[in-house]
Amino acid sequence: MTLFSVAFYILASVIIISTGIAITRRNLVHAAVYLIISFFGSAMLFYLLGAPLLAALEVIIYAGAIMVLFLFIIMMLDEEKLEEKFFPIHQWTPAAVMSGLFVAVAALIISGDSDSQVQLQAFTAEPASFGRYLFQKHWLAIEIVSLLLLIALIGVLYLGRDVRKNNPK
Amino acid sequence: MLTWIAGFILLIVKLGIVLGCMLFLAAYLVWAERKLLARLQVRYGPNRAGKFGLLQPIADSIKMITKEDIVPEAADRIIFLVAPAVVATTALLMFAVVPFGSSLKIWGREIPLVISDLNVGLLYVFALSSLGVYGVALGGWASNSKFALLGGIRGAAQMISYELSLGLSLIPIVMLAQSFSLVDIVQAQANYPFIFVQPISFAIFFISAVAESKRIPFDLPEAENELGAGFHMEYSGMRFGLFFIGEYVHIQVLGALAAVFFLGGWRGPWLPPPVWLLLKIILVALVMIWIRGTLPRLRYDQLMELGWKVLVPAALINIVITGAFILI
Repeated sequence: MTLFSVAFYILASVIIISTGIAITRRNLVHAAVYLIISFFGSAMLFYLLGAPLLAALEVIIYAGAIMVLFLFIIMMLDEEKLEEKFFPIHQWTPAAVMSGLFVAVAALIISGDSDSQVQLQAFTAEPASFGRYLFQKHWLAIEIVSLLLLIALIGVLYLGRDVRKNNPK
Repeated sequence: MLTWIAGFILLIVKLGIVLGCMLFLAAYLVWAERKLLARLQVRYGPNRAGKFGLLQPIADSIKMITKEDIVPEAADRIIFLVAPAVVATTALLMFAVVPFGSSLKIWGREIPLVISDLNVGLLYVFALSSLGVYGVALGGWASNSKFALLGGIRGAAQMISYELSLGLSLIPIVMLAQSFSLVDIVQAQANYPFIFVQPISFAIFFISAVAESKRIPFDLPEAENELGAGFHMEYSGMRFGLFFIGEYVHIQVLGALAAVFFLGGWRGPWLPPPVWLLLKIILVALVMIWIRGTLPRLRYDQLMELGWKVLVPAALINIVITGAFILI
């Protein structure tokens, strides 16, 4: 086992454990903190795989912006006292089925792809070459995703508009 | 193997020097701020400990370390204990990509005068600065006090709003330098500093930077006269000290970033490069202290309006104009 694979397995276990803790916490702020640790681990994993740009973006967008908003909302909410019992069966059955399917598909892909046998090597991608690859090969997908974001933005503006201005009393 | 060990020792030495300089400068920035602020308000400021109160930072740090570390009974203990460290650590780590000279030659070895030249250096700075919010927000939440929680929520809202304009104001710089690396950005300013071609960017960057450091006129998360001390209200001893160090280290880092992105970094005539960087950092810090002594605090709605309705659109328009100029 090389140093890279050791680092990979450490990071992978940190991600899995912290995500596992995050979804089982009853205290929402604690759950958010574990999820931040998990995102941080994913960012390190990207860095390890030679994508510093993706690592930085993961921290900026997921750990730094989205989770701050989550935390913001959690703090604004009234904290309800939830019953201290394990999740009811109708909640975790669909989740378990979905994760089982996901694991099965991932295992199939990994075993079917010959590249999965290649040893991990030290490598770093330049941000410029990454951008070129993304916008030359996958421009259509990016445009579709940005259109989706634009629709979400318009939706938020619509929901958040000042109703009083439109129908004065 | 030998070169590996030499590289490692070199890295430790560089880290030690930079860390020592930053903490020392942070301590004396506090002194400079108290002194200058006092003069601006026609007072004397600290003048008991040593000549001109020069020993005051040392006396203060001894006081902080020896004071009792109180954790409120109703606080969320672990988060409460860790939050100040998050603020201080993220501020200190940001300096890792700031270059303070080109490179030295010692015993035939080329030594780059930067701790780590990441090819995504600018994004690394952003990542850390966006993580700094957690110290404020979680510290305020974990204290389990109304004022601290209000301060934490305000901090989160403010920092996430100004993060955006801070990032957008630097995109023209990246377009001009064609790199995210801070070393390359300084290299690109060999002929003229970017402040001459990007004055609007500089203004947006500076305003957002002051807002990020939560200082007057953007000190709503602390707001002494309405929230007590806001997010760090329940903290005492060295944990309060860590918030304090975090703030002053943050000022230095923002000064260094302003220098790297707009003022030509370590470039300058006659004096050695690290001295130039230091002078530029001190200059930016003094301007921030001056602003603190001059301006009143913004109201919450004014703060949000300035961020979202003035700075973000101005930064976006600036990007479009810069792009048009580069294409022509």
